[in-house]
Amino acid sequence: MSLLFNDFASWGEHCAATGEPLYQPVLAYEIEQKGRTEDEIWTGLQRAYDVMRDAVHEGLTGDMTSRSGMINNGAKKIAASPVTVLSPEFKQLITRALGAKEVNSCMGRVVAAPTAGASGILPGVLVTIQDLHKLSDRQILEGLLVAAGIALIIEQNASLAGAVGGCQAETGSAAAMGSGAIVYCLGGPVEQVFAAVAVTIQCMLGLVCDPVAGLVEVPCVVRNASAAAIAFSSAQIAIAGIDPVIPVDQCVAALGEVGQAMETRYKETALGGLAATKRGKEIEKMVLVQDVNILPDDPDEA
Amino acid sequence: MAEKSSIFDMIGPVMIGPSSSHTAGVVRIARAAIRILGSIPTEAVVTFYNSFARTYEGHGSDRAIVAGLLGYAPDDTRIRTAFDHAADAGLKYTFQSVGNASTMHPNTIKLNLYDDRTGHRVEVVGQSRGGGVIRIVEVDGFPSDFSGALHTLIIDANDVPGSIAFIASVIAHDQCNIATMFVSRKGRNDAARQFIEMDSPIKDITLAYLRQLSWVQRITYIPTLD
Repeated sequence: MSLLFNDFASWGEHCAATGEPLYQPVLAYEIEQKGRTEDEIWTGLQRAYDVMRDAVHEGLTGDMTSRSGMINNGAKKIAASPVTVLSPEFKQLITRALGAKEVNSCMGRVVAAPTAGASGILPGVLVTIQDLHKLSDRQILEGLLVAAGIALIIEQNASLAGAVGGCQAETGSAAAMGSGAIVYCLGGPVEQVFAAVAVTIQCMLGLVCDPVAGLVEVPCVVRNASAAAIAFSSAQIAIAGIDPVIPVDQCVAALGEVGQAMETRYKETALGGLAATKRGKEIEKMVLVQDVNILPDDPDEA
Repeated sequence: MAEKSSIFDMIGPVMIGPSSSHTAGVVRIARAAIRILGSIPTEAVVTFYNSFARTYEGHGSDRAIVAGLLGYAPDDTRIRTAFDHAADAGLKYTFQSVGNASTMHPNTIKLNLYDDRTGHRVEVVGQSRGGGVIRIVEVDGFPSDFSGALHTLIIDANDVPGSIAFIASVIAHDQCNIATMFVSRKGRNDAARQFIEMDSPIKDITLAYLRQLSWVQRITYIPTLD
């Protein structure tokens, strides 16, 4: 019987008992629960990573103008900016994550990881870590399996959907998948991988989903960039052996609790936060379809 | 307890943005509808309801539905430019919005499709339920309930006693497991329509046998959708 990814504690215990690397029980889970062969899984992961890499490339080369006009070639502008505020690598990370998410907003091809709204984070993180540390595709695919295991546990004990748990559930989960994958790919032990996830959740907790005009553009695109940065800061903290104090499973429980308590207007409804600002409302008026029929009251329909 | 997710739900699906319910699910509703029609239509009237009514342009659901009507998969990069391809394919389409259909799911689309080459016409109502998951809830005025994730049979037959049991038994002899079955009829002893979802594909010879039964008018077979 494969591990069912009910929590991080049992995942860690399994690997300690068997000596398996973290990705191995994720692979076994998919084979046993979903009937896929190992070959199919590696091929599927390679395809996903290829699409992520293409999205990073497309974001930095294609015309990234959204129909609303709110997204307008941001990644290319950042890459071309003469000012480097931190380091060239940081600038690259930001352009990659933001660019891949712009591809999503502009009807390009992406991998929902875990969701479409968070689809820039893993591409930005993984392409950057591979580039910086000269990792093989195989190492990145193992990192993707670890990321999938992290997401399975969050899905079960909290949520991955903005409409259920707010932005923390989408970009927060993606950042946690990213930070865990970074530490895994750099050879960090299991407890440091889980510490990275815990730190990321601590950083992303409470983030509301308040998309302007209901579109997956503002603030989703900039949040994908900042979530990628938080994945790196969390990994840097965790790989130094810093104790996150609150164990990872309890951080996930907090993510679920905060998501449940969040008001509906902060859950993808475009009724609160940035969506409810004066400018947000003006933009909403401009982009929404105005020619809408309203049915007369029909007693038979009620 | 709900079925366990796949790792490819966590790292996936591969799709065209921006949103699984507004693009991927919408493409799939149209893909189901053209299979019911039997061809790519020449004319389509698309009605967006409720939540979709105001947001369909901003989310690109209009391009997604046209792309699905052209048979494109949810990860096809031509979705973005679907309007241009529709002109080439001879598909004419119009959009309309209804904002307050309170009895319907928030993300509902109605498709009225016509193919002037075959003379076939169909009306399909579908819901986009998040994550690209869809449900077809009405076909030509008959209530229905199928997702396109399995293999679906739509059988128009006279409402004769024993017809449901007979069809179920024929399908069972093909080693097909019936996952769901939904029967609706206009009235007693009137035309009835059966929607049958099966875990595996049905053999051509079984379909041919069912089609020649005297009390069966028409069978549409929809293999699992992308």
